[in-house]
Amino acid sequence: MFGLDKKDTSLLMIVAVLTMFAPFILNPFPTDSGLAQFNAGYPDLMQRFVIFGIFAIGFNILFGLTGYLSFGHAAFLGIGSYSAVWMFKLLSMNIIPAIILSVIVSGLFAVVIGYVSLRRSGIYFSILTLAFAQMCYNMAYSVLGNPASSYNLTNGETGLQLLLDDPRVLGVSATADGSIPVTNLFGLEMRGSETIEMGAWSFSFSAGYYVSAIIMLLSFYIAIRVFRSPFGMMLRAVKCNQNRMNFTGLSTRPYTLAAFVISGMYAGLAGGLMACMDPLAGAERMQWTASGEVVLMTILGGAGTLIGPVLGAGAIKYMENIFSKINDTVLHGWFSFLPDGLEDFVVFVIHPFVGKGWHLTLGLVFMAVVIFLPGGLVEGGQRIMNLIKRRKKSDDDAAETQPAAE
Amino acid sequence: MGILEVKGVGKRFGGLQALGDVNLSVQENTCHAIIGPNGAGKSTLLNCLIGKLIPDTGSVMFDGQSVLGRKPFEINQMGISRVFQTPEIFGDLSVLENMMIPIFAARDGAFELNAFSSVSSQKDVIERAEKVLEEMNMADKRHMNAASMSRGDKRRLEIGMCLSQEPRLLLLDEPTAGMARADTNNTIDLLKEIKEERDITIAIIEHDMHVVFSLADRITVLAQGTPLVEDTPEKIKGHPKVREAYLGESA
Ligand SMILES: Nc1ncnc2c1ncn2[C@@H]1O[C@H](COP(=O)(O)OP(=O)(O)OP(=O)(O)O)[C@@H](O)[C@H]1O
Ligand SMILES: [Mg+2]
Repeated sequence: MFGLDKKDTSLLMIVAVLTMFAPFILNPFPTDSGLAQFNAGYPDLMQRFVIFGIFAIGFNILFGLTGYLSFGHAAFLGIGSYSAVWMFKLLSMNIIPAIILSVIVSGLFAVVIGYVSLRRSGIYFSILTLAFAQMCYNMAYSVLGNPASSYNLTNGETGLQLLLDDPRVLGVSATADGSIPVTNLFGLEMRGSETIEMGAWSFSFSAGYYVSAIIMLLSFYIAIRVFRSPFGMMLRAVKCNQNRMNFTGLSTRPYTLAAFVISGMYAGLAGGLMACMDPLAGAERMQWTASGEVVLMTILGGAGTLIGPVLGAGAIKYMENIFSKINDTVLHGWFSFLPDGLEDFVVFVIHPFVGKGWHLTLGLVFMAVVIFLPGGLVEGGQRIMNLIKRRKKSDDDAAETQPAAE
Repeated sequence: MGILEVKGVGKRFGGLQALGDVNLSVQENTCHAIIGPNGAGKSTLLNCLIGKLIPDTGSVMFDGQSVLGRKPFEINQMGISRVFQTPEIFGDLSVLENMMIPIFAARDGAFELNAFSSVSSQKDVIERAEKVLEEMNMADKRHMNAASMSRGDKRRLEIGMCLSQEPRLLLLDEPTAGMARADTNNTIDLLKEIKEERDITIAIIEHDMHVVFSLADRITVLAQGTPLVEDTPEKIKGHPKVREAYLGESA
């Protein structure tokens, strides 16, 4: 279906079903229960899951296929966000033009940054991309963000925001009641959401999430097509042996540049979508930590695999948002059944791993995955599947040999 | 005029004159062997032909056009394919994929952004790749990871990859090194057959004299970066200078 083979179609279908039912799946615990803490089915977080999923899917086209490790992809994320906010300021609050501009502008930046950085490979390439991203970050923070100058594209430290006197030529500067209009898709407001109460559970369905999720599915579909295309095969060949490619009549540079630009556009799309969900853009989105995060996501999930980056993005965003909310009060609540001294001790031990210390947990998980599962979470999944298959098979074998033994 | 004309080519690595003053003319649709002791500069000479090295002096003309100053992929697109002394293949890719890449390169040129058609829909390329694998006796290995094969098989794969492009000039750098005797004989037969069927010129570097004398129409003996003699296989066999310099016999 859709030009995919059976296996890829079912993968796409599974991802589609999971994302469409995410509001249920991510909220397995009743609202009042102690475990509600672990529910991730609220719009804000679900949007982050899919948007960072897009970011990581695109990053994987470059890193997973060609092996070129960019340390500056957050620059495109930020550029996408700024472009989208400018579109909201100047044209209209409809997200379509905003997203289109994000993708185009980040694509243009990717052409320039990629053209220069791809003159080198390995660590030098990584350093060049990092340098470019930090340049973008600092420009956004200072030169291009000085409210007093006429070059104020980013509004510096404050971040680029919507104002009541923005022109919005195809829309309105302000609504009838004097507030800033909200982002929408032909009238469907992104922040709009419905909450359904079912017994002890409550599920929220947000327009923003579903729009982002559908765009993520589209991005995922395109990524599958790229992976399965002759172009994707060439990118894998680049990772393997550039010498052989050159002496086989293939010019590697345009291949790597195309991969770089495609992944830059994915990042721009993710950045644009972020601004659609929450129309402001700040320079911190371009910081090197954000670039590092997408590297972690891709490797954690499984670089070079189709679904890996999405899993990695989900895992990291889950930890960031859920683990970070577990503070000492919550911990005391959980372990109150223990005798006082022991309770304090257990809380003392767990404390560094949760709340503000969630990075420590992430670091440990990341190390464990890299050391024991070099293929990321996907490899973990495959191993479990193989184990089940083998057990099933040995059960079958046992069942078969039984009659003979009788 | 030969299809390949090498004139006065010299190449120096620091203090080492790897190639002195090499003149070589390879006639179209012949097989020209280059033999010589280790370190004679044979591989260096091939490197100068395919843009891997740029010679310090001299000129290299292929089919009337200079190859100097061109990038390796451009030289390949002119019709020169090369098999390396240590196999250069795509280790992480399957054997079939390895075979498809040069066919794509020959069909679509140096770059083609067909990111939206699936590989499995490229029937002509797959068919051609399967056919070459068949010819190489490797059809049963098509789904193997190329890196996991033996050295001899990697070599045969690489030969197949080059042949699949139907080059006008095929450069072979010790193509049968590391191959089992049977595979060596198969390779000789295959190259003979291809030589008869197609318009192809072959330049081969080889230490195995059986291979050389089975295939070559002419032989150049290279020693210390300069051609010693160039002649027909029969004459070379009896040449005293060759026996002395290369076959290691005192005259
Ligand atoms: N890139 C290089 N840098 C420095 N020296 C080199 C380089 N390539 C080759 N040489 C030297 O040039 C000389 C000729 O090397 P070359 O590989 O051409 O020999 P060869 O005739 O192919 O030998 P063999 O039969 O062992 O393959 C050798 O002494 C080698 O060490
Ligand atoms: Mg050599």
